[in-house]
Amino acid sequence: MKVTEMIEKTGFKTVYLGEDREVAGVYCGDLLSWVMGKGQPEQAWITVQSHLNVIAVAVLREFSCIVLAEQAEFPEEVIERAKNEGLTLLYSDLPVYETAVRLYEAGV
Amino acid sequence: MSVIYEKIYNVERDDYANAGLVSSLIKQSLRTIGISPAVSRRVAVAVYEAEINMIIHAYGGTITLQISDDGMIRLIAKDKGPGIPDIEKALTPGFSTASKKAMELGFGAGMGLPNIKRNADEFSIESSPAGTTLDLKFQERE
Repeated sequence: MKVTEMIEKTGFKTVYLGEDREVAGVYCGDLLSWVMGKGQPEQAWITVQSHLNVIAVAVLREFSCIVLAEQAEFPEEVIERAKNEGLTLLYSDLPVYETAVRLYEAGV
Repeated sequence: MSVIYEKIYNVERDDYANAGLVSSLIKQSLRTIGISPAVSRRVAVAVYEAEINMIIHAYGGTITLQISDDGMIRLIAKDKGPGIPDIEKALTPGFSTASKKAMELGFGAGMGLPNIKRNADEFSIESSPAGTTLDLKFQERE
């Protein structure tokens, strides 16, 4: 499934739409080194961390997009960095668990 | 075996905003010269963790990338102190001395050095109050 199809099926709000990458799974986590160690390419990453460094982690791990959960918000500088990297940022007002369930129900 | 490429990158203390920049640059360089995605990814993870360690724990430092004519990739991460008092503890997954501020940002999982060690093919670490040096080697695993 592509990121755009995933957005359509989940109803997550698009903060920035970058490259329309393949989504092959989901990873949830907020401890960056943990995510760095365990995340896999083409996963959608659900987190509540929204500072600049999440962009570095997502790019290095080759995630397909970041889904920010629990009504957290991306600062402007983070959105700018994502644009430079072509990385899609999404926003979910649901808690992490429900956000993951919605992705599961969408077929990710 | 001789070194055919060398580049030195600086990492500044407390420079959270640019954390990940060096690993991103190194990953791009490796991909450009034809190093496989799998090896590039392992190197990038190790560089990222070394950068973070320098930013949150050390007084900054340098990361040197060397590539040899036999395809060996070597990374030397050298910081300016204050050193790691107990290296064995620092290598234990989950052990962290990160500040509260760093932890709130999602750092300090205690997975930095373990991630580096797992991704490198050769790993050595030396530390004193004058600084810590990581010497890492990577090559294709096929």
